[in-house]
Amino acid sequence: MSAPASDARERSWTSAVRDHVAGLVPEGQALPDRQPAYVSSWIYVFGVATLAALVVVVGSGVVLAMGGAAWWHTSGLGHFVNSVHLWSVELFFAAMVVHLWGKFWMAAWRGNRGLTWVTGVVSFITSIGAAFTGYLVQSNFDSQWISGEAKDGINSIGVGGFFNVLNTGQMLLWHVTLLPIGVGIIAVMHVILVRRHGVVPPLDDEAEEVAR
Amino acid sequence: MTTTHATLRRTPDSHDYPTRHYDLVKEFVIALAIMTGLSLVLAGIFSSPDDKAITMSSWAKADPADVVATATGELAGTTTSATYGAPYNHASEGQSVLGLKLQKWGGVGIPVNSADLVLQPLRAVSGNAALTQALAQWDALPAAQQTTQATAYADALAKAPDGNPAQVASGSYGPVPVLTTSFLGLASSGGLEGSLTSSGTFYGTDQTRAMLLLSDGAYLEDSAVADHLGGDQWGMMNEVGNYPGQPWMWLYTFWYQVKPFSTSENADTQVWALMMLLTLVLALVPWIPGVRSIPRLIPVHRLIWRDHYRRR
Repeated sequence: MSAPASDARERSWTSAVRDHVAGLVPEGQALPDRQPAYVSSWIYVFGVATLAALVVVVGSGVVLAMGGAAWWHTSGLGHFVNSVHLWSVELFFAAMVVHLWGKFWMAAWRGNRGLTWVTGVVSFITSIGAAFTGYLVQSNFDSQWISGEAKDGINSIGVGGFFNVLNTGQMLLWHVTLLPIGVGIIAVMHVILVRRHGVVPPLDDEAEEVAR
Repeated sequence: MTTTHATLRRTPDSHDYPTRHYDLVKEFVIALAIMTGLSLVLAGIFSSPDDKAITMSSWAKADPADVVATATGELAGTTTSATYGAPYNHASEGQSVLGLKLQKWGGVGIPVNSADLVLQPLRAVSGNAALTQALAQWDALPAAQQTTQATAYADALAKAPDGNPAQVASGSYGPVPVLTTSFLGLASSGGLEGSLTSSGTFYGTDQTRAMLLLSDGAYLEDSAVADHLGGDQWGMMNEVGNYPGQPWMWLYTFWYQVKPFSTSENADTQVWALMMLLTLVLALVPWIPGVRSIPRLIPVHRLIWRDHYRRR
């Protein structure tokens, strides 16, 4: 006796991926319109502020990319867009650092949220790399000096032959493709984990269990 | 018989708490509007720095003696890049930490012959009989004699008033003075621009060799130090003018300001190793006893959740 056709469909790769994606976040928690009552502090604003600043960073970066690597040196509009890019990066890091400290003091890794913390830290480090390569590809005095100094650090750990900070073409591609994609992927993972586990409950609310 | 007791804390499920209305999308849209507005306002008020890059021509005009001294050093094999080690050459072991020769193990992935930083552009010059003859003379010299003559000329330049090539004491320098003076002339004319980045190819996107040459001179560093960008001036996180630069790199930059790193020959690899360790600690905070308990010991959370604790 053969298995019903519906069983075969349920075991397909497609259904496996669909079930996995559907199970990433509990039903109704991807974009909930209610939050636990304890979510009532300005500190919660800085997570979404970080994401908002990231959108401005990417948006201004896309406009700069359309103009080309040297556009902002010769165009007033290009220079303004570059300025927006710079200041949105500063705001992005300011919001992210406040968010990180806020989560530290909340001990936000509790309740199986360790991976959420780790993805946040990885996102922070990857963002530093993305910003750093931005400073390298300005094609001005700053990028000359920063790349000249940075090469010693990168070379000292043996990766300078592959990740060459003096190679502006290579750094430009890292800056506009690889690192933004990395930041984006990790940020998405981070947000999914936040929605999956919900906002961490207040400290001192934990039930104490005695284990022998 | 003894029994050990350990207290475990179980974090409650966030979904078990009373809820209140919360519009996530509205919050994001407002945040996006504020961040966009702030970025536009800050850009409009403060703009962004864009000091022009140093060109080989501007270097030659601003500090010709430095160009000649640097070119001489490249021929003598005494410059920073010539003695660097990996990834450019095998001239030194490079930096290490805890006996790990990370720099050397990385290998020579970007081979650079420092003398070629000078000779290659000069070989492309035509119509200069004295230079052609000097290049032929240089090529005919044994390697040891090339080094001897270039080193002798470098020493003589160092003793000359202001390093002025015109006031160098006479000596046995072979073709080195002609080569380096020609190099200065080529740089001044703008003929050196791009010659080290696009040599052999139409498209030049790799500034490695031009940057190594520029960094071997004193002019780039002098200009940076004058703009408070030196390594001992927190320069790694600063940029020109009064702009904020990369303040998120303050800890990385901090280590270079204090001993033992500030006086160590292996400072770069030591600071990198330390920062990698600290980054790992940051990532693993949830699992490090003691560190993960700090938020309980210093009750900042009482401020964050004060409404909740008041209602409880």
